[in-house]
Amino acid sequence: MNFPILSSLILLPVVGAFFIFVTRSKDLSNLRSAKYVALFTSFANFIISLYLWYIFDPSISDFQFVENRTWLVGFITYKVGVDGISILFILLSTLITPLCIVSVNKTINTKLKEFLISILLMESLMIGVFCSLDLVIFYLFFEGGLIPMFLIIGIWGGTRRVYSAFKFFLFTLLGSVLMLVAIISIYWVNGTTDIVDLYNIGIDIKYQNLLWLAFFSSFAVKTPMWPVHTWLPDAHVEAPTAGSVLLAAILLKMAGYGFIRFSIGLFPNASEYFVPLIFALSLIAIIYTSFVALMQDDMKKLIAYSSVAHMGFVTLGIFTVTQQGLEGSIVQMISHGLVSAALFLCVGVVYDRMHSRLISTYGGLVSLMPKYAVLFMIFTLAAIGLPGTSGFVGEFLILIGAFKKSFLVATIASLGVILGAAYMLWLYKRVIFGKVINRDLLKMLDLNKTEIFILVSLAIPTLFFGFYPEPLLNTIDVSITNLIENYNYQISLNK
Amino acid sequence: MEHTLIFLPLLGAILSGFFGKYIGDRNSEIITCLLVSISALLSLIIFKEVIFNNYENNIVIFNWINSGSLLANWSIKIDSVSSVMLLVVCIISSLVHIYSIGYMSHDPHKTRFMAYLSLFTFSMLVLVTSDNFLQLFFGWEGVGLCSYFLIGFWFKKDSANSAAIKAFVVNRVGDFGFAIGIFLIFYLFGTVNYEEVFNKIPQNVDKEISFIGLNVGAIDLICILLFIGAMGKSAQFLLHTWLPDAMEGPTPVSALIHAATMVTAGVFLVVRCSPIFEYSQLALNTICTVGMTTAFFAATVALVQKDIKKIIAYSTCSQLGYMFFAAGVGAYNVAMFHLFTHAFFKALLFLGSGSVIHAFKDEQDITKMGGVWKKLPYTWILMVIGTLALTGFPFLSGYYSKDAIIEFAYLKGNKFGYSAAFIGIFTALLTALYSWRLIFKTFHGSYSNDLKIEKIHESPFVMLIPLMILGIGSILAGFLFKDLFIGYNSADYFWSDSIKFLIPLSNEHPPYWIIYSTPILVVLSTPISYYLFVKNKSITTWFVNENKPLYNFLLNKWYFDELYDYIFIRPSKRLGIFFWKNVDINTIDKFGPDGISNLIKKLSNKAIKFQSGYIYQYAFVMLLGFTALLTYLIVS
Repeated sequence: MNFPILSSLILLPVVGAFFIFVTRSKDLSNLRSAKYVALFTSFANFIISLYLWYIFDPSISDFQFVENRTWLVGFITYKVGVDGISILFILLSTLITPLCIVSVNKTINTKLKEFLISILLMESLMIGVFCSLDLVIFYLFFEGGLIPMFLIIGIWGGTRRVYSAFKFFLFTLLGSVLMLVAIISIYWVNGTTDIVDLYNIGIDIKYQNLLWLAFFSSFAVKTPMWPVHTWLPDAHVEAPTAGSVLLAAILLKMAGYGFIRFSIGLFPNASEYFVPLIFALSLIAIIYTSFVALMQDDMKKLIAYSSVAHMGFVTLGIFTVTQQGLEGSIVQMISHGLVSAALFLCVGVVYDRMHSRLISTYGGLVSLMPKYAVLFMIFTLAAIGLPGTSGFVGEFLILIGAFKKSFLVATIASLGVILGAAYMLWLYKRVIFGKVINRDLLKMLDLNKTEIFILVSLAIPTLFFGFYPEPLLNTIDVSITNLIENYNYQISLNK
Repeated sequence: MEHTLIFLPLLGAILSGFFGKYIGDRNSEIITCLLVSISALLSLIIFKEVIFNNYENNIVIFNWINSGSLLANWSIKIDSVSSVMLLVVCIISSLVHIYSIGYMSHDPHKTRFMAYLSLFTFSMLVLVTSDNFLQLFFGWEGVGLCSYFLIGFWFKKDSANSAAIKAFVVNRVGDFGFAIGIFLIFYLFGTVNYEEVFNKIPQNVDKEISFIGLNVGAIDLICILLFIGAMGKSAQFLLHTWLPDAMEGPTPVSALIHAATMVTAGVFLVVRCSPIFEYSQLALNTICTVGMTTAFFAATVALVQKDIKKIIAYSTCSQLGYMFFAAGVGAYNVAMFHLFTHAFFKALLFLGSGSVIHAFKDEQDITKMGGVWKKLPYTWILMVIGTLALTGFPFLSGYYSKDAIIEFAYLKGNKFGYSAAFIGIFTALLTALYSWRLIFKTFHGSYSNDLKIEKIHESPFVMLIPLMILGIGSILAGFLFKDLFIGYNSADYFWSDSIKFLIPLSNEHPPYWIIYSTPILVVLSTPISYYLFVKNKSITTWFVNENKPLYNFLLNKWYFDELYDYIFIRPSKRLGIFFWKNVDINTIDKFGPDGISNLIKKLSNKAIKFQSGYIYQYAFVMLLGFTALLTYLIVS
């Protein structure tokens, strides 16, 4: 493959952003065309990534479409490539971004141009994260992603946006500083930051635990795991809808991806050593945040807390290091990407109309917005993990994997499934069912065509992969098998 | 044929659900009824094939989940057990569909209702025709979801919405056990396919697994976990609280889902997994105990309830208890037989009560009815038939199945069997009492409703015809099918491989007092009830006044709702608030980001003071430092 398809995926949104940057923003028609440019580039990116998935060969465990360019001689190489794991995350990013741009409407009333640029740059950086094969490049993309997000929350957010933006930044930066130190020390010890080389060399067991902890501190914040999760609800509450969607759907997945690629891939012995820690934190995340979600009166906060619980399942599944657990985690991340994005969009729909996120504002929407009620129901059920939705496939595989490691852990995690049903259905009941008590709601209109388009685009894969997850599982199967073999081999070496 | 049978209801659901607006209410009703009726016809054909030709089939549609060694298919498995379930589900469903045309005629959301009914039917068919535990779980949750939709069908009623959530969440508690059971099965046997799992059971009888330091038999544990799932779905003791509340849904729903089909899924599960349960005496004893407790408990509660549907709901609960203890003593075929007959007479009773409620313009309290049997002659006679069948009046369907349960329990010959038989007989008496109480309070005595009696009128024929068919079924189903289901050697001829009997069922003759005590009690209870509830009500009033605490205990359903509220719901809410306010906000944030930023602010405030801008202060500090350094150098 000579054509640098991955680099074009990374660069295309930047090009789009550049074109938007050079348009004059005074003119309204220019603003509209800015949106079209953004839409066009991100949609083109989606098509390219679909093509990438199509030509991707899932039967090979090696990285494919590898591009290798020297950046700083002897130190940094720009190396990108994909395997079965990363390609799905790229697809998720390129699917969510255009939908985000479509969802941008009158509520973003200032600096629309800059908003679109932020989203596009964010997309570039996300794709970069998922296909970088060099630690330094990875770090740059990974941390770079913070900046557009920080701006999105800080500039276009709600009333407490500055507090939330700084909290977000403070938490995530503290973690990543340690990761930077770890990357530098890996370079010192091994003389390379190339991930493929590092996989082959293996990292000396005496450094593994420290390095693992450094990476962990960055990923744990981003996941987010308990107890460093408190930035997430605040960030979601203040972020504009599109920001919430990007944050929940893609940004959180970078950490899960990082755990798989680096913690499991590079530090198998340390990962094995820290399994009890991860399991404990994951279980706390699942149970604890479910209880907290139950009592929320703000819709966005509730969904944010439920995200923490869902990501708890993901970390649990990853560190079972079993075929089912890992595959389940990836399916769960993809599914959560679709479902949480949709749920935040659903909140956005009513927020745009009523300017309130409080559950108590609503009630009885089903008689006013029947289409909305149907779509919201589909995503609620997917969040609960009902069979027939992608959420079930993920959760079920994770629990099967967890069961292989520990009966007790799987049992406790399964309790989260009961709580999940309770808080999501209760939310749905309070918002959608019942009589319309708040007279102001009567003027609410049902979904318009754009909103239907966005939500249906998310509902289709959610249901499709619920009934037929084969395309996902088939893509990741060989890569996961290879990862696990390598993991077990490294562990057996050091025994 | 199997594909058509299963997918027609789904087609109906899609047509009515998504295109109902365009094709109209009437057309949606016709289409869904027609499609489900075709399915019912096909299920009859399959049933006939199974009876006469021992037809069996296992169709794989396509892979569902394929990860590592885990493989689950979308499949259709036809054997004796599933053919019986197909028949029950399709027949009752088609009758309920037709009945609903009349019952829901004033409802503005007819298409949605029909779509849910058809979707439910589809899920139920997927459940019973699965060849693996995962698809079973899919159907299991699917019917739960439809039940949730249908209980909350009248979404403006807050009580209906709460009942719907309660049903879903309580079922999830059961599913929690069920799911862990499936994990354990996969963990031990590496497959979730019935056939493969069942084949591996005999070699793994002695396998033990450690759970929180305890060593338990793996098979025992699997069975108990699966049974927890069954308890949730079939509303057994401790997980029964959702079923009476589920009566918030429209009455046809109660007949289809909460009497004839979905709630029997738990029984189906136990029967389907008989090749596992047969190897766990512990689990069978548990099932037996839970079954008889439920049978007794629900019957006592039904004695004093006032809501016509709740009485029947508790009756369902109680009859499901019968089915479970039948399975618990190893008489799976008898459990299936009672499931089969029960579907007819319980659906009849529910639809009949729907007809009554319809006539009384949505009145459900039986103390506000009475004296209308002449006004509702068909409903009355059909309800009486249903009641006779339910109580086990000789030669109606319930007589054959219920008596068989009691007899087989007795023949089991251990202490569980004996106590089950005894409780079975006693509960049969209670069943007769509460059923006749319902009939007499509803149709006899004096009329006591605010509605003018002239306004009470019989239901239309579209509602009565399904009732009549069910009435015929309630009379004949027992007599016609008793040889097939539970007759001598039925285990070999009909059930063959679909049910496993490790120890063949006893063919001995039970003592005569066991055989005759139930019918005699049941027959006698009819005049006694008439005397108590119509002729001389003062006795019951006196009895209630004398035993107020007992009465209240029963009226409040043994205070289960209050108990669960106290030990589960309120602590959960308090815990949520505690974690959120005390831990997240007041600990993590306070000492985490907010703490750090405050600290930095404070420190920088301090640091500002150093930069006072006065030269003499700087000079003084320099002097101090210089002196300190000098001292250090000299001393060292």
